[in-house]
Order: sequence, then C-alpha cells, then structure tokens
Amino acid sequence: MSTSVLEKPSMMAPPPRPRRRRPRRGAVASTALLWLYAVAALAPLVLMAVGSLRTEQQLADQPIGIPLHPVFENYAKAWSDGGFSSYFVNSIVVTVSSVVLGTGVAVLAAYPLARYGFRLRGMLTAYFLAGLMLPIRLGIKPVFFLLNSIGLIDTKLGLICVYAASGVPFGVFVLAAFFRALPMELEEAARIDGAGELRIFAQIMVPLVRPALTTVALFQFIPLWNDFFFPLILVEEDKYTLPVGLTRFVTEFEAAHAELYAGLVITTIPLVLLFLLATKQIIAGLTAGITK
Amino acid sequence: MTEPAVEPGGGETRRRVRRGAGRRRARRRFAVVLTFVLPALVLYTMFIVYPLISSLQYSLFSWDGLRQGDFAGLSNFVDLFTKYPLSERIPRALAHNLIFFAGTMVIQTTAGLLFAVLLHRSRRGKRFLQTAYILPHLVSPIVAGYLWSMMLNPQFGAVNAALKGVGLGALAQPWRGDPHLALPVAILVNSWQWVGFPMLLFAAALAGIPEEYHEAARVDGASAWQTFRRVTFPLLTPVLGIVTVLTFIGNFNILDLIYAMQGSQGNPTFSTDVLGLLFYRTAFDNPDPNAIGQSSALAVLMFVLIFGVSIGATRFFRRMEARLK
Repeated sequence: MSTSVLEKPSMMAPPPRPRRRRPRRGAVASTALLWLYAVAALAPLVLMAVGSLRTEQQLADQPIGIPLHPVFENYAKAWSDGGFSSYFVNSIVVTVSSVVLGTGVAVLAAYPLARYGFRLRGMLTAYFLAGLMLPIRLGIKPVFFLLNSIGLIDTKLGLICVYAASGVPFGVFVLAAFFRALPMELEEAARIDGAGELRIFAQIMVPLVRPALTTVALFQFIPLWNDFFFPLILVEEDKYTLPVGLTRFVTEFEAAHAELYAGLVITTIPLVLLFLLATKQIIAGLTAGITK
Repeated sequence: MTEPAVEPGGGETRRRVRRGAGRRRARRRFAVVLTFVLPALVLYTMFIVYPLISSLQYSLFSWDGLRQGDFAGLSNFVDLFTKYPLSERIPRALAHNLIFFAGTMVIQTTAGLLFAVLLHRSRRGKRFLQTAYILPHLVSPIVAGYLWSMMLNPQFGAVNAALKGVGLGALAQPWRGDPHLALPVAILVNSWQWVGFPMLLFAAALAGIPEEYHEAARVDGASAWQTFRRVTFPLLTPVLGIVTVLTFIGNFNILDLIYAMQGSQGNPTFSTDVLGLLFYRTAFDNPDPNAIGQSSALAVLMFVLIFGVSIGATRFFRRMEARLK
C-alpha cells in the first residue's frame, strides 16, 4: 500500500503493452546490449566478493578464478590485524548517530516550514534549500578550526555534527514537500478535539510521513557511510571509519590484495543489504524532484 | 481554494471575533515554530554555512602559518595564477576537470539515456537490470577506486588477464601507469559507477510521458528514431538539464575515486590531478606559510565556479524548455 514513496508507481510499472508482434532484430539487439552491460556492471563486484575468498597465491597465479575451496582467513585477518573491526564499529556509530540527528532536526524544521504561515518562511526555506547545492567540503579548513575551538576536534561527536548538518538541506527539502501534501483538515480536526501543537506533530503528522522519513534516512546513510574526506581530516586513526580506514590499510599493507578484497567487501556489504531491503525507497530518493 | 491554507485555526471572520485569543495563539504558534526550526537552523548554520563564509573571509587575508595577518585584498587570488607551483597546477587541474566533465557527458550521460530508453521498451528482467546498473553507484568511491586499481594492475589484474583469455593480449596496457591513459581510464571507472543515476532520472521522466504522444507519432508514420528525436527527446530536456548540472557538480567535486586510484598527487606525474585533490593538497600538504590564504582563495574560486555554472546552466535549460513548449 504505502510502499511507493514519492507516489510514483508508474516508474517501475511496465509501459502499456504494445500490440503483439514478433520480436524484431532491433529488440533482440537491445536486449543483448542491456544484459551485456548488466554483466559489465556486476562483474567487478562479483570479482571483489570472489577475490576475498581466495588466497594471495591464487590471486597472483590466476587473476580470474572460482574459489572451489573458499578461504575465510582474509576476513579474519582484515578484521583483527587490519583494524577493520574498529573501523566498522566507528562507521556504524558515526553514521547511525548522524542519520538520526540529521533526520530528527530536519523533520522538526520541515513541519512548520510546510504547514505554518509566518513571516520569513519563504526566506528560511530558501536558506535551507540553498544547501542542496553547496560544495561543503570547501569549508573544511574553517570546520577544522571551529571544531578545534569548541573542543570537538578528533572526536566522533564533532564528525557527527558536521555529517548531521550536511543532511539537513535534503531532509528539509523532501519532508517539507510531504508535509505540504497532507490535507489541512487533519490538524483542524485534531485542534478542535483539543490536541496541542506538539501532539498533532508527533502523533498525527510524523506517522503520516514515515515513508519519506525512510527515504531521507537512507539518503543520508549512503553518502555518510561512504565518505572518507571528513574523517581523514577531522579525526585520528582510532576513530577512522571504513573508507578512510581502507586508505590507511592500503598504505600499510600494500601487497595484501586478498585481505584488501575482504576489506572492500566488509565496507560494501551493509549498503548492498540496505539496498536490497529498500530498493524502492532508494530509487525514489535518487529521482526525487524529477517526478511529482 | 478560499481557505488560507497555511493558517491553522479557521478563517478571517472567526479570528476577528476572537481577536485576543487569536493573538495569544499566534504568539504560541511562533514559539512552536522557533523551537521546531532552531535545532536544524543552528546545526546547518554553524557547520555548513558559517565555514563557507569563513573561507571567503580567510581568502582575503594573508596568513603566516595559523596566524592571520593583514588584509590582503585579492592578492591570494592573484597568487593562485602567478606563484609557482600553483600557477602551473591550477590550470592543469582545471583542464582535467573539464575533460572529465566532457568525457562523462559523452560516455555516461549518453549511455544512461540509451539504457533508460531501451529499458523503457523492454518487458522482461527490467527490475533486475535496473538494480544491476544502480548497484555500483552505492559503493563508496574509495572502494570502487581500490577495486579497479587491482583489476587494472598490469601483472595480476583481471582486465589484462581477461583480454589475454579472449586472445586480445595485444591490447593489454599499464592502464593506470600510462600518463595518456590514466585520465580516460578514471573517467570510465567513474562512469561505471555513476551510469545508473542518469539512467534512473531519464527512466522516471520517460515514465511520465503519455503513451498517446508516441501513438500519435506512429499513426503519422514516424519511424522509431524520428519519434525519439522529435517527440521523446525534447520532452526529456528538463531532465537533461538536471543531469548536466548534477554531473558538473559531481565532477568538479571529484576527489575520492582519484585519491584511491592515483594517490593524492594525481599520478602518474599529475596526469590525473583535479581541483578537488589540488585543494586538499593546498590546504593540508603545502609548505607555503600562506597555505590557509591560498587554499581558501582556491576554495572560493571553486565555489564560484561550481555555483555559478550550476545556476547559469539551470537558467539556460529553463529557457530551452520554454522555447520547446
């Protein structure tokens, strides 16, 4: 029922069936091309997964090969000696906290921006939305000094604050659009029944935009999980997240390819799982703004 | 329609009757608005907006290490183009960014559009194909960079091994080590990662075009290509505009992928150096005592470039769209 997030079931639905025709040469060629590229798109990822299950020697002898006797030592070594256990935990803590904080403040802000009439509303909305286009990495030096002066440099909390802030524009953008689409009668009825503003927000409005909340949360999760720039500059090695941990691993163990494959898989697996669980929300988020 | 949609609590007349209560309610509502908006406002202003404005301020002063010196006007900006080594590196990095953008538009955007159109017509396996194309997009650019670095390794990489396997061993190359190949290869790897994104955007737009338009063109005897060229493509202009702007922004922010594939110097011999990497090095790996002044000036320059071109391009595509209507 509420699975399609941005009210766009049409995107996944097949186009109206053309009249029955014999498949033409063009159709065969286009199908072949599509499947061929699917192989090209997936092959490197498969190679990564397979490589993580082979030994260093096997990788050197035969770059492409099937692990008939899969080994899991690469994971064990990467996890303990390579430092990935610590990177993984840091990634989880930092990303989840940032997403919760960022989405939380965004949903609070989006609500009055969408549904209350007040002066400065237009300006405030524009101010938030401008952030959708800001190349925030360019402010890294002042961010560094700012965190330094408030004692948050080299802390996970500092990183979390920057990350959460970076998710605010997209969160406000999507959630305000959803709040705006809800019928006005809802809160009028609630108000007549004597519900306070907070109660209307928490018990009526937020549950109604839950699908959008999922989209927003997912959409903060992915880039933050993948980011390496901010941790590289803002924290020391013991607080590194997975992507920056990978760069560290590569400089330290240059020749450990099999282990590196394992590290790449460890970094990627959570996202793939997330994607398979929430394909629709992710696609809806990627195309937010294209279809109304 | 006549209801003032944003005013909770009833219409004009009712409010005039209960003016006192209305005013109290308005005050309370303002307090609610403030509490709701404040956390996001503080967080966003403090960690995103303020640093970007500070960069502008930093760029106008000369620096001695961490000590802010005198007001320097635009001299930091002049230094970017006159002081070696920046005077040599900035134009080169900018040129690489432009090549990167052009290459991405030609390869990735065209492929994305082609896949979207073909998928739109195909019936079987659509969901699977879409998922396959978008999956690389989820992977961290750092992961993609290291993965492809290993695959492109001249001795034990999968790419050269695959070429030898199908009898094309002569085509095997030191893909990342050849200064002429390194940048095109990076563009291809980046396109592998991103092609699903324009594809999805085009697919969403295609789904929004009424089937009757194509039906009408067919009835009028238009070929498939003519239908695409005269009917579908013009209707995709707004999305093409969005894709162009997003590709531009993405390409001018690129850093992670090249850092993973070619290090922070953009090896070999700066042949893959881009503005993002150069900014990073100017800010954090720069022996010049005025590193903060220089890197901030570079940041402002990139900001103006990215923001200015994005707005300009958006305007341009709006006008194109209007003309097509």
